[in-house]
Amino acid sequence: MNWKTTATAMGLALLASTSGAFADGVLNIYNWGNYTSPDVIKKFEEKYNVKVTITDYDSNDTALAKVRQGGTGFDIAVPSQTYVPIWIEEGLVQETDPGKMENFKNVAPEWANPDFDPGRKYSVPWALGTVGVVVNTEAYKGPADSWGIIFNTPDELKGKVNVVPEMNDVIFAAIKYVGGQQCTTDKEVLKKVRDTLVAAKPNWIAMEYNTIEKMDAGDFKATSDWNGSALRQRLANPAIHYNYPKEGFGLWSDNVVVLKEAKNVENAKLFQNFIMDPENAAGLSAFHRYANAITGSDKYMPADMKDAPEVVIPEADKPHAELQLMCPPDVQELYTKIWTELQK
Amino acid sequence: MARAEEVAREAERRDIRTRWLLSAPALVIIFVAATGPLLIVLVYSLLTPGPYGDVKWQFSSEAWVSVFMERDIFDDTLSLAAAHVTIFWRSIKLAIVTTIATLALGFPTAYFMATRSEKTRDLWLFLITIPFWTNLLIRTFAVLQIIRNEGIINMALLKLGIISAPIQILYSDTAILVGMAYVYLPLMVLPVYASMEKLDFRLVEAGYDLYATRFQVLRRIIFPLVKPGVIAGSILVFIPAIGAYVTPSVLGGGKNMMLSNLIELQFGQGRNWPLGSALSIAVMIIVMVALLAYVRNAGRSEVRHG
Repeated sequence: MNWKTTATAMGLALLASTSGAFADGVLNIYNWGNYTSPDVIKKFEEKYNVKVTITDYDSNDTALAKVRQGGTGFDIAVPSQTYVPIWIEEGLVQETDPGKMENFKNVAPEWANPDFDPGRKYSVPWALGTVGVVVNTEAYKGPADSWGIIFNTPDELKGKVNVVPEMNDVIFAAIKYVGGQQCTTDKEVLKKVRDTLVAAKPNWIAMEYNTIEKMDAGDFKATSDWNGSALRQRLANPAIHYNYPKEGFGLWSDNVVVLKEAKNVENAKLFQNFIMDPENAAGLSAFHRYANAITGSDKYMPADMKDAPEVVIPEADKPHAELQLMCPPDVQELYTKIWTELQK
Repeated sequence: MARAEEVAREAERRDIRTRWLLSAPALVIIFVAATGPLLIVLVYSLLTPGPYGDVKWQFSSEAWVSVFMERDIFDDTLSLAAAHVTIFWRSIKLAIVTTIATLALGFPTAYFMATRSEKTRDLWLFLITIPFWTNLLIRTFAVLQIIRNEGIINMALLKLGIISAPIQILYSDTAILVGMAYVYLPLMVLPVYASMEKLDFRLVEAGYDLYATRFQVLRRIIFPLVKPGVIAGSILVFIPAIGAYVTPSVLGGGKNMMLSNLIELQFGQGRNWPLGSALSIAVMIIVMVALLAYVRNAGRSEVRHG
């Protein structure tokens, strides 16, 4: 092979790899890492003859900053409910009107008309979950349905508690613990929040995201965590239990939106409709381990998730769930100051 | 005569032009790729934060004020930004301690390597560079596996019956220091070794012949001669150590912020890009001043040693 044929072959190979081979189209998804079921994607690719690419991000702020810059080439992103209004307000997303799509009838009524996207003009539910307290019951047998595990740690758990360092989640929990409202500007409440956090910190061993492996190995005996992560921990070690704090716990949901700069709008709409199908929604859940907002998906759910207390919020705990909101910038500034004070 | 001069001048002019052309790529890289981004950071530090990240194009010196001063959120008094100072000092302290630790470990290592036979030296050098083939994160996790409660050290000690419960090493300052020293050690060993290799060991012998003690030989002969290597190594370790991010958070548990965490917070959940930019530049200024002081000081004492 002389250099000319080599160059041609390489050029062709490059072309083939970028143009998606023989698919009719492409769909570029921008989503959280380790969150997108390869099986469901494969099914979508085969059904519509579309080549899907997935790019990861690690936080809402990263995703927002990147999409705001433009020129990303992504068609779809999956922001959390707190960020969806910002994406809409800043004109980063298209009005695809999922509320009128064929599969929209499957969306559970409580998620069909949320405050963060009235009438579901832009977004489709991807996953939803809670933030609670995980405890290894071999280390602590007492009642654990309280943020007190984190903020007023019982003796057995002192020096063994981890806190997931998600600023908004931690401050939300602390506000609930001292009896305030989320996004409060009440200085009395915030002062209590700061004092509670600063007093609690010496009892913590770490502030890390990496909880699943550390809970299983025993480096941590308790942690604040998301429910999907808690489920994986229990499956690895049955002594680990997830608890819904009675003072109030945060509810979140991630939502699929189509970007304004999307080049493959039709494929993106097909995808929005596709994941509202109960079987596909269950497929997504089976991978990311969180609940979804699609009625009828439970019969396709994997056996270990169907009645899992982490996924299905018990009736008794439901009244304490509260959808987390995006706090206004001035409140966020107070949060950041408290957070810096806590970690200084 | 006049003509020849002209020709020579013309040649010189052409020569200068070629030199400029040839150095153009380097100059472009220095000014566009290195200075450009810095200027953007500087400009951003003088703007107003946007409500949800990013900046508003409106001049404000608020960011620079809040680098050093903080308004108490409860009684609204302005005071020195104690939290920032604490965090700055933590990072600087860690960088200093890391530099000292790597020097303490790296100097004997380099001496050992330099005193081997020519052939085996290359092998030792090769062994020192091996860790560079692996990602920093992976090396840090390797340290984690060794020191954690179910790690190699604790398991071995438990099996041997020396301890009855695991020693908590992970998530302590010791853990951070062990990790930092391990990760940055090659950066110290290599430049020190490079100077040490050029050291004329006959001088060392001469020192012994003149009844110098081992310590005197080290202090009066070896150390002054390898000093350039020590200075280079210290700078190479100190600068990245001050911005260290991965190692302190993985091994230290992330309970206490490092400088880099503080800056990251402003660009992430804190949504205050101007403050993040101002903090970044403040760090650069501090590092630059510290380095200038260090290099000048080191240079001066060299003269004294003659």
